[in-house]
Amino acid sequence: MLNYIKELWHTISHPSRYYSLGILITAGFIAGIFFWGGFNTALEATNTETFCISCHEMKNNVYQELQSTIHYTNRSGVRATCPDCHVPHDWTDKIARKMQASKEVWGKIFGTINTREKFLEKRLELASHEWDRLKANDSLECRNCHEFHYMDFTRQSVRAEEAHSKGLLKGEKTCIDCHKGIAHELPDMAGIEGWQ
Amino acid sequence: MKQLLGLLLLLPMLVIAGQDIATMRSTNLLVEPEAPRLEKEENKDLKRKRSYPMQPPTIPHKVAGYRVDLNSNKCLSCHSRRRVAETQAPMVSVTHYMDRDGNFLAEVSPRRYFCNQCHVPQMEVRPLVDNTFQDVDNILKNEQAQ
Repeated sequence: MLNYIKELWHTISHPSRYYSLGILITAGFIAGIFFWGGFNTALEATNTETFCISCHEMKNNVYQELQSTIHYTNRSGVRATCPDCHVPHDWTDKIARKMQASKEVWGKIFGTINTREKFLEKRLELASHEWDRLKANDSLECRNCHEFHYMDFTRQSVRAEEAHSKGLLKGEKTCIDCHKGIAHELPDMAGIEGWQ
Repeated sequence: MKQLLGLLLLLPMLVIAGQDIATMRSTNLLVEPEAPRLEKEENKDLKRKRSYPMQPPTIPHKVAGYRVDLNSNKCLSCHSRRRVAETQAPMVSVTHYMDRDGNFLAEVSPRRYFCNQCHVPQMEVRPLVDNTFQDVDNILKNEQAQ
């Protein structure tokens, strides 16, 4: 085993004896395309709702709750899937979020929320993570669809128009400050700012 | 014998079906009527007149999707004492902060927590039965006229 590793190290640490630099570069380039393509395809596959709800934790809890909300079923039939709200769309942000999500794999393996009871117990913590994330990025995922500049306040109800022009317009507030629990049920909100 | 019993059981049904009993149903009793359209909740944000002083005010806006349960109360996120300064919504009546012995509490009393037990949004629909309710002012006026 040790010999094998030494041999391998010898091969890669010395100049090529048989292949020209051109062939090595071209082969490396082509292999790179395949690796990159494969990586991105795999990444996109983990960025689908089917992937998310392949775990019963997601399917039996949050996905069930989503289904009665306006982000799942509505008059025009446009709907948001899990990654639309929970994964940033820009590549670098997406990769950063995906690396964070490796902790969720850990949670899955050790069954931190593998029953409804455990999930409810942990709900406040999990929800807080998402609130903090959306607060920090100025509700980026909301704004992927609900872009402020194209919002016609005159088409909104009086209350909505007032609230939006008071907080949102001045940038004092961001979507998640008021719109919590719009797609899933809420944890115990006692002591959360803006509730009760 | 069995056939006779069967016929006997069917008899009341036939009688009812034949009578076309006049009810609020638009169709015969034995026919499944078409479900009425779901109307939209009124969303004008204008206070409505109360029919009598103690009437729980009706909700002048949409409340679809507002959750009121053990964990959260969406109504109170605007109408509670702590929130009204920011939201400019009317504060829930002070009676809601009292227990049944009249002691004041820091929070909305549990017996008043479920808002839509009394407060409901309104829809523009045709009432099935005419309302004969009279405003107390009307009654007094009529009495004076007599």
